Amino acid sequence: MKHSAIADEPRLTPPDAVTDASFLDLRGVSKHFGPVRAVDGVDLQIARGEFFSLLGPSGCGKTTLLRMLAGFEYPTTGEIRVDGADMSAVPPNHRPTNMVFQNYAIFPHLDVGQNIAYGLRRDRLPKADKDARVRDILEMIKLPGYADRRAHELSGGQRQRVALARALIRRPKVLLLDEPLGALDKKLREEMQIELRELQESLRITFVFVTHDQEEALTMSDRIAVMSGGKVLQVAEPHELYERPSCAEVANFIGTMNFAEATVCGREGEWTVVEARGLGTIRALAGSSVDTSPGAKVIVAVRPEKLSLSAQELMTAEAGRHSVSGSIAAAAYLGDRSHYFVKVEGLEKPFAVAAQNVDRSVEGWLSSGVAVRIGWSEDALVLLPPG
Amino acid sequence: MRAGDFAARGRRWRGCYAVFYLAFLYVPVLFLPLFSFNDSIYVAFPLKGFTLQWYQSLLDNSQMHDALFNSLKVAAAASTISTTLAVFAAKSFTRYSYRGQRLTIGMVMLPMVMPEIIVGIALLVLLNWLGIALGLPTVTVGHVLFCLPFAVAVLMSRLEGFDKSYEEASFDLGENSWMTFWRITFPLILPGIVASLLLTFTISFDEFILAFFLTSTETTLPVFIWSQLRFPAKLPGVLALGALILFTSCLMVVLAEWIRRRGALPDKQVPLT
Repeated sequence: MKHSAIADEPRLTPPDAVTDASFLDLRGVSKHFGPVRAVDGVDLQIARGEFFSLLGPSGCGKTTLLRMLAGFEYPTTGEIRVDGADMSAVPPNHRPTNMVFQNYAIFPHLDVGQNIAYGLRRDRLPKADKDARVRDILEMIKLPGYADRRAHELSGGQRQRVALARALIRRPKVLLLDEPLGALDKKLREEMQIELRELQESLRITFVFVTHDQEEALTMSDRIAVMSGGKVLQVAEPHELYERPSCAEVANFIGTMNFAEATVCGREGEWTVVEARGLGTIRALAGSSVDTSPGAKVIVAVRPEKLSLSAQELMTAEAGRHSVSGSIAAAAYLGDRSHYFVKVEGLEKPFAVAAQNVDRSVEGWLSSGVAVRIGWSEDALVLLPPG
Repeated sequence: MRAGDFAARGRRWRGCYAVFYLAFLYVPVLFLPLFSFNDSIYVAFPLKGFTLQWYQSLLDNSQMHDALFNSLKVAAAASTISTTLAVFAAKSFTRYSYRGQRLTIGMVMLPMVMPEIIVGIALLVLLNWLGIALGLPTVTVGHVLFCLPFAVAVLMSRLEGFDKSYEEASFDLGENSWMTFWRITFPLILPGIVASLLLTFTISFDEFILAFFLTSTETTLPVFIWSQLRFPAKLPGVLALGALILFTSCLMVVLAEWIRRRGALPDKQVPLT
């Protein structure tokens, strides 16, 4: 076992890990700064041992929400419970949470060992025990022998590890991470994503991870809450968030999505039949939050990689597949794949199509104005409520 | 003309300017040590000869010793009290935000630009009205009032210079506000505290107007020096005293700068990569 030093501790591996679905329980949590509602009526249940991400653009309230979990801000209204205990009036120094700060906040006047042992003072451990714990955790973060270094002697990635160790040595019930990878370069960030996820899996501590990087959230999380304007738009597993977004805003924030306005015509079993601008009469699956009564306005959405392009004449009819004519407005060759923007009669915005460059003869597509057919299978479409 | 000549001529002019600039600042001050070694009671050229008698006379001048000791007492008290008070004020100005904060900051800083003579008269009137006897304690009160804005300015810049997430991290790691202050805030602002102590000590040590208004029989050194100027024969002794004060001040500035640099070192952040 790689991270045995910490993982063997009984307090860190509760026997009923991941069964307690509302280990972290937020009910109607709001935070107002004057007239600004930074966080607006958030309900969230985070399971024990879960890697949970708060994802959203800057100013969406994700950091304020994290700071309320840490105790640096108190909710204007609502309730926060950790492992059943009400945190409403508990100051940060008495919470079972620890935080990794965005800038790491490594104390500049202390060395690495003193930084990591900072939170152990109140435990009144014998010095030998304390040193042993610091040594173990330095081993775990792969910085053995760094105890005497100062903060300014560390690289960004090393500081990030020290901040992590300093928080984890307190054996928190919940570890809060405020964009901890934001300051690192791309390659290091990707390494740390994997390392952080492995660490979380071996420690089985609940992680609440704030990020604005959708790819990072998709890679690392068990579940993700997408936030905007202080509200939680959707809570879902990465796969579901991408394939079944609940609204256009989520769909747009996670990856790219093509939209077409449509009107509901009726139902065929589980399918909803809609009349979509530019696409004609088509069938799609609707989520539970979409009004599918005849005449209702909806949005048909489809991901670029779920569309296929073919030359006008080659398209043949096939069960469950549809196609529509268009012409290439712009094309970008990215090596492994190409991105096309295809103008479709009746649609304001051209459709984005991502195609893997399976064979080498893609040159013919690259010029704009070429007539093509866009094809899709029915289950690639998502119906969303109108924006 | 080649470009190089033009630049060289410009350099010569800039050099002259710099020399005059520095001469304007330091020549008057340098007269002090120069004439303090002059073997004549008249401060005039030509110099008569080298002597240490004026320094010798300082050693026997018990009045001067009393005044020096008074000044050191007042400066020590005023710098300690004003720096302590300034730590609290600067912390509230930089770490919290509340209604009327800007107004409060302005009001704390205002004595810096208030004419000292006005403050002196006002304090004198107030103390008389309250029936408080004048003496070194009243001088100290006046000096605390006058030093406070300088101390607040020094400490605010130091507190603003470090991220408040250090303090938040300390809370997060289980410490209360008292221990957070001692384990994080105090060590990080220590260079600022030392700088503030040295600055306010110097300000109090050579402050004249308030000390003149607010004292009775016990005088501070600047007031003593002023009283000596009425006697021409005492002038060379004053020059010797002035030269000593000048030397000590320079030493203190060097010391303060050395401490500040040492204190600044651990704060140096390498850019995150």
